Amino acid sequence: MENAFQLAVKVNGADVAKTVEPRTHLIDFLRNDLGLTGSHIGCEHGVCGACTVLVNGEIVRGCLTLACQTHGAEVETVEGLTESGLIADLQTAFHQRNALQCGYCTPGMLVCATALLTEKPHATREEIREYLSGNFCRCTGYEAIVDAIETTAKNRAAGKQLAATNNAEAA
Amino acid sequence: MKAPSFAYERAESLARACALLHQHAGNARILAGGQSLIPALNLRLSQPDLLIDISQLNELRHITVTATELVVGALTRHADIERSADVKRLFPVLTQAAAQIAHPAIRNRGTMGGSIALADPAAEWPAATLALDMSLTLASERGERRVPADSFFKGIYETGMAQDEMLKSIHIPLPAAGTRSAFGELTRRSGDYAITGAFVTARKSGATLSATRIAFFGVAGQPLLARGAMAALDGTTGDAAAVARAQACLAADLDPIADLYNTPATKLHLSRVLLARLVAQLA
Ligand SMILES: Cc1cc2nc3c(=O)[nH]c(=O)nc-3n(C[C@H](O)[C@H](O)[C@H](O)COP(=O)(O)OP(=O)(O)OC[C@H]3O[C@@H](n4cnc5c(N)ncnc54)[C@H](O)[C@@H]3O)c2cc1C
Ligand code: FES
Ligand code: FES
Repeated sequence: MENAFQLAVKVNGADVAKTVEPRTHLIDFLRNDLGLTGSHIGCEHGVCGACTVLVNGEIVRGCLTLACQTHGAEVETVEGLTESGLIADLQTAFHQRNALQCGYCTPGMLVCATALLTEKPHATREEIREYLSGNFCRCTGYEAIVDAIETTAKNRAAGKQLAATNNAEAA
Repeated sequence: MKAPSFAYERAESLARACALLHQHAGNARILAGGQSLIPALNLRLSQPDLLIDISQLNELRHITVTATELVVGALTRHADIERSADVKRLFPVLTQAAAQIAHPAIRNRGTMGGSIALADPAAEWPAATLALDMSLTLASERGERRVPADSFFKGIYETGMAQDEMLKSIHIPLPAAGTRSAFGELTRRSGDYAITGAFVTARKSGATLSATRIAFFGVAGQPLLARGAMAALDGTTGDAAAVARAQACLAADLDPIADLYNTPATKLHLSRVLLARLVAQLA
């Protein structure tokens, strides 16, 4: 292997050590070396958002990040988010609202929406659209995706309020 | 497509990055956020032997207010600028502009220094450096030098930076009392590069404008100051007649070139529309 790089990175909570070529993109490393094929590849130049993953808690393009740049970082993919159960409500909302058809864009959408719901828990429809503007979907026409994310935001806010009320009553 | 093969080194200091640049002059590229360089590698528009990764140099990622200027480290990300309270207080046009660059995932990695070093004629930051009269600190093995943004941009993707130099920091003079500014761009879809965009700043005493600066991007081969329009607005109140004179000047100031979808005439017309809107916002 030319110019081999010894990569140590945490992926979905597990330590990974692998030798990679510097030119290997993070998305190819995840899919080909680790078998994490949940994240997809579309355009390979930053335009479609299918490859969106989290690096140190922030969304990035997997096709515009070199695997070796994540040395020492924490990477999370749709597989990790799914296993943690943290986005189960979002996934249910996508299902219920018909926010996916072929599903190609969905992993990127879910990861992007995860960041949005953390950064702007009370996002309006307009803000949701703006935040998702870098994630293309060729099937749904977006309306249902915005519905699903808005529903999740509202349910989470209501859930928090309920928890706060219950705590106040218990005290 | 996939990137060609290259060697990679993570620079642990600015000095190391400069030494590597010097040693491999011409065959090495700085890797900052990678949001323009990696697409270029993927499309094989660029085939360097070595990438010098400076993305971990936290000493170059800061936003600092001094008595006379705001200093932004070259590695400060678009998202850092978008979220900075200091930037919002002193230069709200930069906060607005940051939010127009690409999409959140790209803003999380792309840097202000990378955008200025690249000198894409359609990018927001290079034009901002002209409108806000910024200067740039360049570093190399030979030492540091500070250059005014006015003389930095030379053409499409061309700057006054030597092969062994890198951009270290961006200096923005604090606004004089009474300074007003406005930013706007016209795009078809959110996150697209602008068809035309501009930053306008002026000092206002009473209703009269002075020291007007207008920088356009997305219209010509490089970001540029609309000097005729600036002169047409100085000493006026930005009234309809003055705006009309400034709009007339844009034909000579901008001399727009076509892009994939827009003719020079479209670009000139839209730039005139945009200018009137931005001058109205100075009120
Ligand atoms: C889909 C998409 C949409 C985009 N839309 C926009 C947009 O609307 N507006 C906009 O302005 N940009 C846009 N961009 C580009 C983005 O803003 C880039 O982040 C930015 O242009 C480059 O910054 P970077 O840190 O990623 O630089 P890199 O990609 O790492 O580097 C770019 C170039 O600058 C050089 N370089 C980088 N840093 C330095 C330095 N400190 N000193 C010397 N040389 C250096 C590199 O060697 C390289 O040649 C878009 C990108 C994508 C993928
Ligand atoms: S594959 Fe990365 S943005 Fe399209
Ligand atoms: S569901 Fe098919 S691309 Fe979005």
